[in-house]
Amino acid sequence: MSISQKIVDGLVEHKVNFVTTVPCKQLAGVIEIIDKTPEVLHVPSNKEDEGMGLCAGAWMGGMRPCIIMQNTALGVTVNTLATLIQFYQMPLPMIISYRGELGERVACQVEMAVHTKALLDQLHIQTYHFHKPDDVEEIGAIIKHTFMSRKPTAILTDSNFWGGY
Amino acid sequence: MIRSEVFKTLIPLISDQLVVCNIGLPSQELHMMDDQPSNFYMLGTMGLASSIGLGLALAQKQKVIAIDGDGSVLTNLGTLPTIANNPASNFILLIIDNGSYGSTGDQPTYAGRKTSLARVAEACGCDNVIECKAEDTAKVMEAALKGDQMTIIVCKCKSGNVPVPVIEMDAPVIKHRFMQEVKRRNA
Repeated sequence: MSISQKIVDGLVEHKVNFVTTVPCKQLAGVIEIIDKTPEVLHVPSNKEDEGMGLCAGAWMGGMRPCIIMQNTALGVTVNTLATLIQFYQMPLPMIISYRGELGERVACQVEMAVHTKALLDQLHIQTYHFHKPDDVEEIGAIIKHTFMSRKPTAILTDSNFWGGY
Repeated sequence: MIRSEVFKTLIPLISDQLVVCNIGLPSQELHMMDDQPSNFYMLGTMGLASSIGLGLALAQKQKVIAIDGDGSVLTNLGTLPTIANNPASNFILLIIDNGSYGSTGDQPTYAGRKTSLARVAEACGCDNVIECKAEDTAKVMEAALKGDQMTIIVCKCKSGNVPVPVIEMDAPVIKHRFMQEVKRRNA
């Protein structure tokens, strides 16, 4: 079974049924499967802060949301994470492609990679770094933890996790 | 008419509806005039009222009114294609378009100059966009509430504010109260 399928299975198993996505090459497989998964309402968004708004609304409407995005977008979501998701105490699992790590071909991606963990630390967001393919086995526990804690959590998935470089 | 006067005409219609209200003075005015558990007040995060409203409308069956402003829609213009392409028949987006950033000192927005938000919404693919004068907003809202079609209302009103107290309620309390109400109405 592909890693992408394992991620989606983990989400579905833990009753995540509303997913918003902003694409990344590394996440293309997950997004494709999400779009075909009948248990999940997939609402693509144009920007990640908009997506977090959709997730907040879906949560208050009784659904279990998740956002799938690239780490470069963390910069544009800092205010939304602080003043919406954290301030109102809402759960939000974030599955994030960790561009700019070993194997990266685009130098500019490194510029946000160096800030990624620092931003998450500064925001006091519990962060799980998936580096080896087997790390995917933790996804269920992380989703469960996120909805228990009513906080955002970040899963950073780097190039090595997605099959090497 | 200024925004608070438009609110006065709307309250008999929206008091018993699920309302997601924009940050700053709009939320403070609604809270002062007609605080309800069915109101979700945004205390931060400019621009996301329409996104939260759409997410809520897609997630459950009750009607949802998102009250937004022209400045806030401009800051999150990407919301309009998302709304157009994920239509929720229970969703009404009311854009109070007073051509200014009311909460920050009435600086002019581009919506008060050359940009038509109604035409932007139409160009984004929204099917049922109605621009109206402030005085007609209640009538248009009444029809939208009776109908079964997603509606975008652009209410053209005057710029201006009334003195209002800040909202003292804690954010998680606003959320909890609102979620209980959503749950009760969907039971």
